[in-house]
Amino acid sequence: MSDSVYIVDGARTPFLKAKNAPGPFAAADLATAAGSALLARQRFAPDQLDEVILGCASPSPDEVNIGRVVALRMGCGQKVPGWTVMRNCASGMQALDSAIANIRAGRSQLVLAGGVDALSRAPLLFSDAMVRWLSGWYAAKTAGHKLAALRRFRLGHLAPVIGIMKGLTDPIVGQMMGQTAENLAHRFGISRVEMDEYALASHRRVAAAQDAGHFDAEIVPLIDRDGTVYRHDDGLRRDASLEGLAKLKPFFDKRYGRVTAGNSSQITDGAAWLVLASEEAVERHGLEPLGRIADSQWAGLDPAQMGLGPVHAAVPLLQRHGLTPNDVDAWEINEAFAAQVIACQRAFADADWCRAELGLADAPGAIAGERLNADGGAVAQGHPVGASGARIVLHLLQRLRRTGGRRGIAAICIGGGLGGAMLVESIAGARG
Amino acid sequence: MSVTYKHWYIERDADGLAWLWFDRAESAANTLSAEALDELARILAAFEAAPPAGLIVASAKSAGFIAGADIHEFSALDSPAAARALIARGWNTFERLAAARYPTLALVRGHCLGGGLELALACRYRVVVDEPATRLALPEVMLGIVPGWGGMKRLPALIGPAPALDLMLTGKGVDARRAKRIGLADECVPERVMENAARMLVLSGRPAHRLPLLLRLLNGPLKAVVARQARKQVARRARPQHYPAPYAILDIWARHGGNALAAEREMATILGSPTAQNLVRVFFLQERLKGFGKDGGFAPRRVHVVGAGVMGGDIAAWCALRGMTVTLQDQSVERIAPAIARATKLYDRKLRGDARQVRFALDRLIPDPQGHGAARADVIVEAIFENLEAKRELFQTLEARAKPDAVLATNTSSLRLEDIANALKSPSRLVGIHFFNPVAMMPLVEVVEGAESDAGALSRAAAFVRALDKLPLPVKSAPGFLVNAVLGPYMLEALRCVEEGIAPETVDEALVAFGMPMGPIELVDTVGLDIAVAAGKALAGEAAEPPKKLLDLVAAGHLGRKSGQGYYRWVAGRAQKGRAGTPPEGLAERIVTPLLQAAQRCVRDGVVPDADLADAGVIFGTGFAPFTGGPLHFLRQGGFARPGGAAVPAAVEAASH
Repeated sequence: MSDSVYIVDGARTPFLKAKNAPGPFAAADLATAAGSALLARQRFAPDQLDEVILGCASPSPDEVNIGRVVALRMGCGQKVPGWTVMRNCASGMQALDSAIANIRAGRSQLVLAGGVDALSRAPLLFSDAMVRWLSGWYAAKTAGHKLAALRRFRLGHLAPVIGIMKGLTDPIVGQMMGQTAENLAHRFGISRVEMDEYALASHRRVAAAQDAGHFDAEIVPLIDRDGTVYRHDDGLRRDASLEGLAKLKPFFDKRYGRVTAGNSSQITDGAAWLVLASEEAVERHGLEPLGRIADSQWAGLDPAQMGLGPVHAAVPLLQRHGLTPNDVDAWEINEAFAAQVIACQRAFADADWCRAELGLADAPGAIAGERLNADGGAVAQGHPVGASGARIVLHLLQRLRRTGGRRGIAAICIGGGLGGAMLVESIAGARG
Repeated sequence: MSVTYKHWYIERDADGLAWLWFDRAESAANTLSAEALDELARILAAFEAAPPAGLIVASAKSAGFIAGADIHEFSALDSPAAARALIARGWNTFERLAAARYPTLALVRGHCLGGGLELALACRYRVVVDEPATRLALPEVMLGIVPGWGGMKRLPALIGPAPALDLMLTGKGVDARRAKRIGLADECVPERVMENAARMLVLSGRPAHRLPLLLRLLNGPLKAVVARQARKQVARRARPQHYPAPYAILDIWARHGGNALAAEREMATILGSPTAQNLVRVFFLQERLKGFGKDGGFAPRRVHVVGAGVMGGDIAAWCALRGMTVTLQDQSVERIAPAIARATKLYDRKLRGDARQVRFALDRLIPDPQGHGAARADVIVEAIFENLEAKRELFQTLEARAKPDAVLATNTSSLRLEDIANALKSPSRLVGIHFFNPVAMMPLVEVVEGAESDAGALSRAAAFVRALDKLPLPVKSAPGFLVNAVLGPYMLEALRCVEEGIAPETVDEALVAFGMPMGPIELVDTVGLDIAVAAGKALAGEAAEPPKKLLDLVAAGHLGRKSGQGYYRWVAGRAQKGRAGTPPEGLAERIVTPLLQAAQRCVRDGVVPDADLADAGVIFGTGFAPFTGGPLHFLRQGGFARPGGAAVPAAVEAASH
């Protein structure tokens, strides 16, 4: 029996930009809608899955094990286990890797795995001071005690803690993710203009890919309660321009920094799923896979340099398979920040860096521009944290299929100082 | 206790409590037959001699608590004396239960209807189990009778006259939570603690639920005021010559303390009117429709609906509401979106704002523009526009993709089933499943047998309709099937009357006075004038000449309710009607006669298997005056020749022989 793991099919929601208010769909709504549509087109029934694994960085408090919630809502039945994985920005990729591990171990044959986040619905939290005051208030039994508690109340207690800002700040080095991108810009001498040019290119690539219908095969349009249809990634700015981007103020290092909201990924809601199968399951159900996952790799690095995670994870993959970056037909590196993707390219080509950080004799070399993120990325499409790792693997396979490419790598940087990468191979001639 | 009973058994527990389990022999559901009531009276007599610490009445059936009186016994009554004896049996037994010196409690789980609720009302306490199936109602009025076993006495005294009259006069039920809210139940608890709750409450010594002073006044000295108000409301819904029972309920409550035995005159009116017998007939007709598709064990889980227009979208939404997983196909997501928005509104209403259940129903309704769902569906329903070629092509693709045992059904109302079927490799697979608009409201669904339709497919289609909690009516493929075939000539005749200069208001009033739920002109406006023209052509052929005013209105874009103007002007979903004139002699008869003739023709031509099913179909498909027992029953009973009607038209007379 082969230990190949096949990707049979995949689907995602359009990525919906957060508009400073809770978006139209909760995380579980997004995952259920995309997953139900994906399962409806399979040759097996939802209850024939062995498990459902969902990556999510910030599930809401009422659906903490969101993987199980969604499995039940998709009609997989009570007997299909559903669970949730969390590896920050790579939660979706972790779900795929957990599926791979279980398939390789023979524990599962057919797995639905993916990721989701609805960052627009990230909670506002009470401050610690407010929580302490509340507990005193509830403990007060007599009117006198209540009055005393009231006297201790300060208006400042009401200032909320913005959950998402907590999530996007590294607890070890105390820097916001955008500040770690500033670190990379500093280290590799990346200018504001270079970042803005990269961001503009991302918007233009997404626009061209949308126009050419390159996302149609992967997106399941959503319909909300009012009958409004959501068809496309709506973070795309077709009117983006260098002049416009240049006007934005640095967000993370105020005044003197270079990283702006315009050259960072957007805060977004979305879900992405893949169906993974063992060779046995492919044969049993007569499935026609899109491709195969050949290998995967995780790496750890300095949390303050987390944006280089893709290089740290991809290099061992390349080495194991005797490949150089340009032996790989298509690359997707998640665009957390324009500066961070540019830094990865510089690092691949920087012999000193490769020697010092990875112990390599030579630099593998940068990825040829047209092979990397050919249809744009998270700067224009958004980064619903848990979903992105699954989205880039799905889109990579769609790209390989469209261009006739054979090999692809999807890699992602992970807050906290991690990198993840997956090597996939398309299956030629599959599905006309 | 050493005595054993046929329908009840008694368990004593350590606290000295008696648990009285109702388990009617040879029946899946508990009904209060004469025998069961007599046994209950003997049990209560024994308890009077040796009182338990408390009595808990509960059901040993999984189906529910008590479904009511034995309706077969009721329908077999042949004399006023027999009716009086039946009323006295329940009244006296429950009076005896209510007078018990020990505390009594009814533990209600599942249905608790009619006599069942009257038994529960005679107990000191009621505990209801918080489950969707728990439903408490006094539906007697729907059978043309009154809650004569104490319901009219005890319900107003327990919850106040206004809500009590509302329940008794409409027959509507309440669920467990509402029962608790209105004071009908003392406790509403989950199943897991029901026995404990019953035990603790019956031994609690808590005083029985008592009305506040104002409500006690309304149920006492001020009864007449309340009754006058209620009478006005009833008059808006039912006319006393058609439906005497609600008026009798009011009078018996207001004048006779809810005791039917003391109300000779009111009971004579009810028993003298054919309404009760006819409504019981309708009840049994409904039971007969419910029986179709019962054998075979077909339990559809996945449904694929093609066409997300008003019909297709609403069919899909209803299937998902009933727990099926539904894929809804149309040419684009944008065409499916309005159906999802309508479904959301339906679910919000039907599920009473239970946000989780609404969400789950929407989860089960999956937009499927590519039609992937056809491959795994148990039932495929086509509801696209009425174009033969399009339907033939569609069914060729569907047949190739569908599971071999999937039901393939068309919702067509105007095309010949056979013309679509012969596009299939196996024409026998195609059946018709004809829903009516609005899907959520209309109880009837016609299951259409084409010339070659396979019996198994038809039975599965009927089972599918039952799974949707609708009533399947088997019909043969023929223009208009049954319902539209009888409605068409009826509406046409009404339109002709308007053509002749009779005001639409006058026409409608004449038919409402006859007993129709809605006048025919308002019905045409509601259905849509364009639809009416198309349906007329489908029924009578292209050569048929529709009324000129109808064509003029359609040409001017006045399509009825949906466009805001038809025969009436429509504002916020209501027809703006002027005052009705005095209808000319025999107007209702003139307009109803074509319907009666069409119903006879459908039976004669075998469109429906028999006259009873024709009556069932016309009542549940058109709302035809239920108190008549159906159009053909109406004719058999003398039709318009009955007192108050006109002579039977010669044509009908001839056709009925």
